[in-house]
Amino acid sequence: MTKVAAAVEMTGIKKSFGGLNVLRGVEFSVDRGTVHALMGENGAGKSTLLKILQGVVAPTEGSISVFGRPMSVHSPEISRSLGIGMIFQELSLIPSLTIAQNIFLTREPRRFGVFVDDGAAATRARALMSELGLDLDPNTRVEKLSTGQMQMVEIAKAISQNARVLIMDEPTSALSGFEVEHLFGVLKRLTADGVAIIYVSHRMDEIYRVAEHVTVLRDGRNVATASLKQMQIQDLIEHMIGKRVGVFDWRPRAVDRSRPPVLELRNVSGTEKPIEVSFKVHAGEVLGIAGLLGSGRSELARVMFGIDQKLSGEIRVKDRPIEIDRPRAAMDAGIALIPESRSREGLIVAHSVRANLGLPRIDDLVRGPLIDNAEEAKSTERIVHKLRIKTETDAVPVRTLSGGNQQKVVLGKWMATNPDILILDEPTAGIDVGSKSEIVELIRGLADEGRAIVMISSEIAELLAVSDRVLIMSDGRLVREVTRDEISSWMEDQDPSDSDGGARIAKAEHGLQMLLQEVRLTAPAR
Amino acid sequence: MTTASIDSARNRRGLSFIGNWRQYVVYIGFVLIFAVFAVVLSDRGFLSTNNLLNITRQTAIISIMAMAMTFVLCAGEIDLSVGAIAGLASVVSSITLSRYGLIPSVLAGLATGLVVGAVNGGLTAWVGIPSFLVTLGMMGFARGLGMWTSGTSPVPVIDDTFIAIFGSGNIGPVPVLVFWVAILGTVSHITLHKTPFGRKLLATGGGETAARYSGVKTRTVKFQALLITATAASIAGMLYAGRLQSGRFQLGEGDELSVIAAVVLGGTSLFGGAGTVVGSIVGALLIGVINNGLILLGLDFSQQLMARGVLIVLAVALGRSQRS
Repeated sequence: MTKVAAAVEMTGIKKSFGGLNVLRGVEFSVDRGTVHALMGENGAGKSTLLKILQGVVAPTEGSISVFGRPMSVHSPEISRSLGIGMIFQELSLIPSLTIAQNIFLTREPRRFGVFVDDGAAATRARALMSELGLDLDPNTRVEKLSTGQMQMVEIAKAISQNARVLIMDEPTSALSGFEVEHLFGVLKRLTADGVAIIYVSHRMDEIYRVAEHVTVLRDGRNVATASLKQMQIQDLIEHMIGKRVGVFDWRPRAVDRSRPPVLELRNVSGTEKPIEVSFKVHAGEVLGIAGLLGSGRSELARVMFGIDQKLSGEIRVKDRPIEIDRPRAAMDAGIALIPESRSREGLIVAHSVRANLGLPRIDDLVRGPLIDNAEEAKSTERIVHKLRIKTETDAVPVRTLSGGNQQKVVLGKWMATNPDILILDEPTAGIDVGSKSEIVELIRGLADEGRAIVMISSEIAELLAVSDRVLIMSDGRLVREVTRDEISSWMEDQDPSDSDGGARIAKAEHGLQMLLQEVRLTAPAR
Repeated sequence: MTTASIDSARNRRGLSFIGNWRQYVVYIGFVLIFAVFAVVLSDRGFLSTNNLLNITRQTAIISIMAMAMTFVLCAGEIDLSVGAIAGLASVVSSITLSRYGLIPSVLAGLATGLVVGAVNGGLTAWVGIPSFLVTLGMMGFARGLGMWTSGTSPVPVIDDTFIAIFGSGNIGPVPVLVFWVAILGTVSHITLHKTPFGRKLLATGGGETAARYSGVKTRTVKFQALLITATAASIAGMLYAGRLQSGRFQLGEGDELSVIAAVVLGGTSLFGGAGTVVGSIVGALLIGVINNGLILLGLDFSQQLMARGVLIVLAVALGRSQRS
């Protein structure tokens, strides 16, 4: 009657941050020797749940046991000693050290108890890697490895620390097709050995190949746990989306396509991604670009703005070819980019709201050789007022603002340049619902003023709320165009009795999510 | 993470007074140390006009290089070659002076700075060698070049106009060096805080990626910053030549460290993105006051060095902004 304890058993996990309930009672159990997929939209609570398992965050309520041993104290050290290992997305290796040195960092084998024994480390690393089926010289420096190989070293490192539960977050997003195959082979060996793997990904084709079970989180609860053999992709997506309430509905708008497009790309390729991308955007149009992590969306944005190099193809603005080799050239052509990383690319967080807002057009904010303070103050005031940026004064560092207000500062600094073309890369990532709806409203307003908008987003709800068309990217290519008619057909082909807003939007999201997965399933093998 | 940000916001508000206090540590330190010396050394002439003018004269040349160094540090770079450039420029301008006269000599001195600065800036901005290494190499090269050009011997300066303009003259009772500091200081302050160039410089040092994404030509900015320090150093070299009435390759030896100390004391971040010219000047004056006071106290040179080292580290430690 003695049941073998599960690898991970989390029961009744609750977590709230300052009154905000992120997890509202999650049950999550992973059997040993299996790959268990953890799915959910951004903000569903996946990362919080995993942080609790890693001991980085303490739960408000609930209990955890790992291979039957209870986790009573929450610290990364305790988690590690219980056998939890995290394979970091942002690789945690030191590039200038060798594979062996990285694996045994701070636990180096010693000679006479004093000197680091690199020879012994290399021998042990070699043994470890051959167990994983890796053919790499342990004396190679990590900086010489590919992303996939680095990930293998991470896995080897975790295994050498006796990890029996591996957490992997979007492990394939930066890997080539061949490396993905290799990774899956390694995962098979590990599970055969009794290791449990928690696998977080949005790529369902991969999840169906590699995982046995799936748990779906939504709004801080586990809404479904099942064997993947018994769950269709449609059902999975439905569980993730649920019934939408109070989200943004699409508002039909007229786009005049008779005139030449404001922005046109012809077979544009970057160094790796994008590959041969062509599209047109008209004045007053919002073009949505969807795609999974690693599909090349941000690379496309960076090529259009002159940050990443364009290898071939042509970018045309208002029917004239434009050479965009640096951001300044893009700006002169009337293009603005709201970049993906707010804090690194969008803002100088230690500088004031005013300094950030003025930066892109500081050369124009002058009287004679000096900055026109009065003009700058007036313009800052206008933007802060118009976008309702909540800040004590415009002299406080941007760092002190909330995420939503920071994003408004990024939007504001570019709106002030009065661009004809606005590229937005994940404009609503990591901000509160209130700011989200304000930003969605703002994007609509900008399009109504006759600007051409390219909106890249992983947040399907927002994408559907503003886009006049949606293009889907996969592996660096544009693979599918979705028109508004097609989106409407998804909403309508169910029975019309339950046509309240939430359900209709959920159907549209469901349709687009399905397409995102389909284009991967039907894509030719790389 | 939400709680953390709320907590830190609360802390920031609570600590804002202390935060401000730290920002002004160089001014507070200056007033405190000046007051202490004024009391302790009242019988040894610390407060005499002569002594005070002496302090400003001694610190003027460091001040001028410190203003320029503020620019480089704000841009997130560093220039270790200022002292060596000053030595080289003193030699070049002195030699040119004896052969071709005043105007060519000043032009040659400035050209020295511009050429060296262009090399420093070009290698840093476009070749991508860290400025620390580029200017470390240039420090040796410029010093050696000065030594070679002058044949290791001092080049006498006998042109009275040159001597009067650069370093030794007075306008009324005020040493001409004070005017140099006032004029260059005003120009530097305005350039850093009131022009688009200053904003781009601070943006480049504060977040190079974000600056680039905002259309700032960050490489050009870095090039210009290193051009500014080298040119300021060449002016400093001519001031040395005028004050000591000779050009010598050894002039300015070790100045790079005093200059960086003055700038950091003044509240400019070593990591870029924030700084003040006025702070750098006060930082230089503070070091000058400390030196002068210690001499008047009768400390010998070895004791002065030790005391100065302790005071500088102490001031910087107090002024360090809280980093989480």
